[in-house]
Amino acid sequence: MTQFSKTATSATVIAAGQAQTGARMIPALVAVAFGIFLFVGTGFAAPSMVHNATHDTRHALGLPCH
Amino acid sequence: MFKTIILSAFGAGLVVAVALSAVQAVTTEPLLFHAETFENAEPAVAAAAPHEHATGEAHTHDAAPAAAEAAAPAHEHDADEWGPSDGFERSAYTFLANLLMGVGVSAILLGLMSIRGGSINARTGVLWGVAGFFAAGLLPSLGLTPELPGTPAAALEARQIWWLSTVAASAIGIALIVFAESVLLKIAGLVIGVLPHVIGAPVPPSLEAAYPAVMAAEFTSASLVVTALLWALSGICAGWLYQRLSRSA
Repeated sequence: MTQFSKTATSATVIAAGQAQTGARMIPALVAVAFGIFLFVGTGFAAPSMVHNATHDTRHALGLPCH
Repeated sequence: MFKTIILSAFGAGLVVAVALSAVQAVTTEPLLFHAETFENAEPAVAAAAPHEHATGEAHTHDAAPAAAEAAAPAHEHDADEWGPSDGFERSAYTFLANLLMGVGVSAILLGLMSIRGGSINARTGVLWGVAGFFAAGLLPSLGLTPELPGTPAAALEARQIWWLSTVAASAIGIALIVFAESVLLKIAGLVIGVLPHVIGAPVPPSLEAAYPAVMAAEFTSASLVVTALLWALSGICAGWLYQRLSRSA
């Protein structure tokens, strides 16, 4: 393998690695956002119906309630 | 990958909801019901607060205003508001709320683990779960103790803001302490983690509650155990499921 193709190969590997990182980041961030949405929606949402339905769970998990 | 995370989160959430509901049924639920009996009995005490005797001298008794003050801001239910009726309906909604919490926490943990990189399995999952419990359970409880219904407390919005900010600061602090390479950044993490407690949580208007003090202590321990279970079990189950599902994919 020539010096050039070696460099090209390692560049390809790095580029592929970066692409993988990008491909990993976006769904991971969306998953975190989805999780926070569920957590805050269940534990903090203000409407009294939501509060009353989730009341015992909010208290049990030590979240500010009432 | 996203599909694997979401599938794992829902699977783990289901296990967590079953375990959490079972543990709550014998720990936090009986204490909540017991506290509500004091809370519901309070209006009679409050109504008796300021009054006039036949002598015409208006005065208030010492004990009653304290109880009334404690009761008034803490918990008010409007009779017209919908709420699940006690028994199966209430338990079913609590199970549903536990399920949403379990799925949410599992998704947060798997997402963060994916961002960080490295292997995801039950062993790494439980470590992230315990860190999550520190950030979103143990550390905020130092300023805002898990409370029973009828506990006097500051305005809800102020407490919610302090709670969420403390969780964010604790999570950033823990991440810096664990992952940062430079000592300076680790120290910065410690400072960020301590900062919300230096600022201080919103202060309750009174320290009087209608229920016996021992109940509050029991509830605090029970609540921390339930919260630890939520985070640790979510980490274990979500990590295990993610590893299984991504292997077969």
